[in-house]
Amino acid sequence: MSRLQVVSGKGGTGKTTVAAALALALATEGKRTLLVEVEGRQGIAQLFETEALPYEERKIAVAPGGGEVYALAIDPELALLDYLQMFYKLGGAGRALKKLGAIDFATTIAPGLRDVLLTGKACEAVRRKEKSGRYTYDYVVMDAPPTGRITRFLNVNDEVAGLAKIGPIHNQAQAVMRVLKSPETAVHLVTLLEEMPVQETADGIAELRAAKLPVGRIIVNMVRPELLDFDELELARAVPRTAVAKSLSTAGLGGARRGGNAERLVEPLLAQAEEYAERYTLEHEQRGVLGELGLPLHELPLLAEGMDLAGLYELATELRQQGIS
Amino acid sequence: MTSDPAAAPHDSAHAPDGHRAINSIRPLAIDPLLDDPETRIVVCCGAGGVGKTTTAAALGLRAAERGRKVVVLTIDPARRLAQSMGIDSLDNTPRRVKGVEDRRESSPDDSPDDSADDSAEDGGRRAGGELHAMMLDMKRTFDEIVEAHADPDRASAILSNPFYQSLSAGFAGTQEYMAMEKLGQLRSRDEWDLIIVDTPPSRSALDFLDAPKRLGSFLDGKLIRVLLAPAKVGGRAGMKFLNVGMSMMTGALGKLLGGQLLKDVQTFVAAMDSMFGGFRTRADATYKLLQAPGTAFLVVAAPERDALREAAYFVERLAAEDMPLAGLVLNRVHGSGAAQLSAERALAAAENLDEPRIVDQMDGKAVRNSPETSGSSESPASTGAQDGSPAPDRAVERLTAGLLRLHAERMRLLSRERRTRDRFTALHPEVAVAEVAALPGDVHDLAGLRDIGDRLATVRPELPTTDD
Repeated sequence: MSRLQVVSGKGGTGKTTVAAALALALATEGKRTLLVEVEGRQGIAQLFETEALPYEERKIAVAPGGGEVYALAIDPELALLDYLQMFYKLGGAGRALKKLGAIDFATTIAPGLRDVLLTGKACEAVRRKEKSGRYTYDYVVMDAPPTGRITRFLNVNDEVAGLAKIGPIHNQAQAVMRVLKSPETAVHLVTLLEEMPVQETADGIAELRAAKLPVGRIIVNMVRPELLDFDELELARAVPRTAVAKSLSTAGLGGARRGGNAERLVEPLLAQAEEYAERYTLEHEQRGVLGELGLPLHELPLLAEGMDLAGLYELATELRQQGIS
Repeated sequence: MTSDPAAAPHDSAHAPDGHRAINSIRPLAIDPLLDDPETRIVVCCGAGGVGKTTTAAALGLRAAERGRKVVVLTIDPARRLAQSMGIDSLDNTPRRVKGVEDRRESSPDDSPDDSADDSAEDGGRRAGGELHAMMLDMKRTFDEIVEAHADPDRASAILSNPFYQSLSAGFAGTQEYMAMEKLGQLRSRDEWDLIIVDTPPSRSALDFLDAPKRLGSFLDGKLIRVLLAPAKVGGRAGMKFLNVGMSMMTGALGKLLGGQLLKDVQTFVAAMDSMFGGFRTRADATYKLLQAPGTAFLVVAAPERDALREAAYFVERLAAEDMPLAGLVLNRVHGSGAAQLSAERALAAAENLDEPRIVDQMDGKAVRNSPETSGSSESPASTGAQDGSPAPDRAVERLTAGLLRLHAERMRLLSRERRTRDRFTALHPEVAVAEVAALPGDVHDLAGLRDIGDRLATVRPELPTTDD
């Protein structure tokens, strides 16, 4: 089981939610996980209903069975200063560089450096050990950039190698790549059962594979319950309106005669069934496309009440039951 | 048996009160915005995955079919969307989209709600509309700027610099700068009377607004002088100009970046030096253009908590930057033709159908004799398991129960969407909203985009007609 779990996905698929649920799911039986945010959106804090996370590893949840989830929002600027301090004792010079605009330059404008810092910090957490020799974190789960940018983000080495052929940035990038391309890492992709996210998932997997980055699982999020099966949808197409009206009346919804309350429900209800049928067919196709990608496939239900902290625990339990941890 | 009307929303305890609560929402009228010749730029912004690019394309098509000459600048369209505009691979040059129809006058499916705007109708005055579409190619745009503003030798020195190659291929911010640059270019060409821009899926989504400022602060900063100094003076006596502090800086930078990278950066900055001024002037001009009255920002969202939270942030940020906000486009909103039946009642009714014997008793006669259903369908294979009465009407009842559960799910979704939206509009009552009814599938062609355009322009029945 890989110790660095990277979660990516198209925007709007709920990758932050899935990353958080995964961190909870992996924190079983006294295990400790670190949930890392790299895009500065404070999505984790919102999800766990806590105040904005500082650049500091902080316990944010206790999982059933005593495990712990820590969270860290990586700020590239602070990570760089951190890094300068750690390796070069550049404390004073670091501040001067900041004043000069060099830190801003390095973290926002200079190509690749930002990604080296972000992935570097996550990899450092993966390798960190306690005095006892035990890993500080059993798992590190990263809420990563979206599918369109994930390969480039993780493949910092290729980008930086062409730029910094020697020097500390070069060495750092090499060290990061050793972790990212090893079985220590798994990149999971979150998708919905819709055409565009599925297409993007397929493209993303192809890119990751071409870059020799380890692809993990596909997690289909927000799967709606199956309320009508194939036979029922067939029947919905052919059924006489009067029969449905009668049924509705039997169920206590008013008169079945023309213009009666039950009768007036028939058309709109069947129209909804027709929409459902269209989506059903589409989802069926997309499941097929995902199946052909040859990766373990998991599905998480759409939460009827919307996403909240209780829902997050529900999803974590679901992931655990599906054997993801 | 008191089969009360399924209607009467107030008698069910938890009927979505959205019907009443939304009176305060200002409807956003899309057509007057698109038709106004003063509208020259429409910027669509919003979080990732809310249908921003699709909205931009649908607006472009609609504006073109209403007589305007439109170019849509997309940032990263899904292949399907590019195909839907009949262009398999969009590139850095605007391409004309075929199949645009003239729907100014005789369009039968123009929403009747628009009749109020008839006085403002100026159809027939303009020549036929056109739609052009393009996709931003960051590297190509950057290269073009270099080629246009540097002499050939210097241009080739810049283009082959490794630092430049990496920078232009799209790291942190390049996409934003180039989107601004391209917008400025399109506007100055003056070939189109309406430019619709899709914004990059930035990490903080409004980075494109920061692009000129960040570029400015970088160019005005001391860093650039530090970087420029050694390259310019070539390490000759000019080095004396640098005080000790500065040389320590270059030393630290060298340590950090590695000597060779620092040299690349310095060479790059030196080569670009003459162009930087132009960059900033243009970026500043584009920024001002965005604030001008001819620009309209549309914040795009879906009725979900995260997307609307982002939207609220956008609205506040745009106000802070003096950017003219036209309104909020709320995509994928669900409705129901049977909204009078609450989720609770639908579920209760479905349960009644699940217990056929009880219902039979209550009803007093056997439903299975119903003539309408006989022979109309087979019962699904799984039916007879426990009941042993696989009559066709059982299948209809099971279907009906399913229909009711489906409806209950829809009603819950509806009330959740309403709650989410109302939370937003309570905080920002000044923002006009256009709701776009959800489509069951994806968009594949112009007809699909046209459909979305119609939905965009239709003032949905849930919304009151213009009150304030």
